[in-house]
Amino acid sequence: MNDDSSAYVRAVEERAPANVALAGKGVGSPKPRRAGLPVALSGLLSSKWLGLVVAVLALALPYLNSSTYIIQIGTDALIFVMLAVGLNIVVGFCGLLDLGYAAFFAIGAYASGVLSTKCGWPMIATLPVVVAASVAGGLIIGGPTLRLRSDYLAIVTLGFGEIIRITANNLDFTGGPNGLYGIPDFGDFGLRSDVAVYWVTAAVVCVAVLFSSRLGRGRIGRAWRFVRDDEDAAEAMGIHTYKVKFAAYIAGAVFGGVAGMLFAAHQTAISPPSFNFLWSALILMAVVLGGMGSTPGVVIGALAISLLPELLRGAQNWRYLIFGLLLIVIMVFRPQGLLPARAGEPKRRRRGGVA
Amino acid sequence: MSTVLDLKGVEVCYGRVEALRGLDLTVGEREIVALLGNNGAGKSTTVSTISGVVRSRAGSITAFGDDITSATPWSIVERGILHVPEGRRIFSRLTVHENLQLGGYTVRDNAVIDKRINEVYELFPRMAERRGQQGGTLSGGEQQMLAIGRAMVAGPRLIMLDEPSMGLAPLVVAQVMEAIVAINQAGASVLLIEQNARAALKVAHRGYVLDSGRVTVTGPADELRADPQVVEAYLGA
Repeated sequence: MNDDSSAYVRAVEERAPANVALAGKGVGSPKPRRAGLPVALSGLLSSKWLGLVVAVLALALPYLNSSTYIIQIGTDALIFVMLAVGLNIVVGFCGLLDLGYAAFFAIGAYASGVLSTKCGWPMIATLPVVVAASVAGGLIIGGPTLRLRSDYLAIVTLGFGEIIRITANNLDFTGGPNGLYGIPDFGDFGLRSDVAVYWVTAAVVCVAVLFSSRLGRGRIGRAWRFVRDDEDAAEAMGIHTYKVKFAAYIAGAVFGGVAGMLFAAHQTAISPPSFNFLWSALILMAVVLGGMGSTPGVVIGALAISLLPELLRGAQNWRYLIFGLLLIVIMVFRPQGLLPARAGEPKRRRRGGVA
Repeated sequence: MSTVLDLKGVEVCYGRVEALRGLDLTVGEREIVALLGNNGAGKSTTVSTISGVVRSRAGSITAFGDDITSATPWSIVERGILHVPEGRRIFSRLTVHENLQLGGYTVRDNAVIDKRINEVYELFPRMAERRGQQGGTLSGGEQQMLAIGRAMVAGPRLIMLDEPSMGLAPLVVAQVMEAIVAINQAGASVLLIEQNARAALKVAHRGYVLDSGRVTVTGPADELRADPQVVEAYLGA
């Protein structure tokens, strides 16, 4: 026993100076040292400017290339980014595995689709209803299920996703299996109509990405991380775990719903197969591929998932095989995701630190 | 001495298993009370029940004059009753400093949080040295200090420690016990759950010995140390 304790003391002593030196330089978290290109690359990727550059690029796309095809896949990709960022709040920030996220996408798309085609509402006026419907959906499914943990939650959300799709398939006012068509867009603002939709989408998605990354860094974001890492310990520290999980779920629902509205305006026609399980799985894939809990990572993951099949068009029939293989290769070499969340919290300004 | 925590006839069941069968226990102001007993005696259940995670079937729990028998865990934390769970449960992927910040989650004033974190760093200089290090890379003793420090940031009036000496070398146990005394001297009452009766009775004012969900022996710590039953069962002759 005595040997043990003196070994412990020695070990502590040996480690201490190095750490004091680290603390003195104000280094936030110990990062494994890497050299050369990777450092430059990760520095670039984690810089604040990257987000701005990507946002400007997204908004400027129609100036760079305004072919119908590019605008089309650009809008698709942006909507997908919004979905991934929304699911990232639920899965990445809070650690709730949601396998039926496409349900909220469907709720948003149908809410705006029904109101605009059957009731003649302008698209933008459906936004409050879309948000309200998503929140209601989140309350109905989240209320009873968020008391459950991981596996059970995944099963219930999986079922919920299917219920919404099958319901849409069987109701009259949702158009049944034919779905809805002739959904208006947001107006053309004197532009080509697909470019107008693109810009509305790009603006909404930029705001959404910014908002989600702010959420993740705020007080609620910290609570989410604590709940994700250890729910019991979080509860022991006075975090209202149920309320905090609910907040994540509702936030994710609203993101999904608004993405659905953008999708309806973009496609002008929606039908139940647009919201099948494959969607939920692909969105989750984007989150995992990008790096759970990392907003920039998830944006990159979503762009990869939505654009890769387009970029691989040259491979013709082989394209989905190559797509699948690429995903596997990425996950083998970057199991934490393309751009994982930092281990530590984002650096806060130190006030009266001891170190 | 006024009473901070008062349990009367508390009964808890896990399904058919009776974990607590009419437990009576009090903690006085600025007192260190040791709760001793073997595995399965109901020590951890007692703490979980006080902190609101486990519901009692009968009996009442009063803290600082309020009935908290059916209060929620977070409202109990807001009353200043902090639970340092068994096995530390620190956040291994967050840094020491961030772990301490979590302690202040219920305290909305950042200035207060920073002040208390600095107090923790004064009490545990090693935490200050390791402030940027991930919780999971700390040694067992350091993790325990971090868990205690995290609870201190919440500004506890009563702190309940579940087996803080578990898996630690004797020298480190002594350090942890010293820290508990320091917290107590700073004004908090302490409920110390321990299997390591020797270490616990060294710092405690009073003690309870629990067996099968009931208190079998209770009294001042020095009496318990001399009690033949306790000596035989927990201290070794």
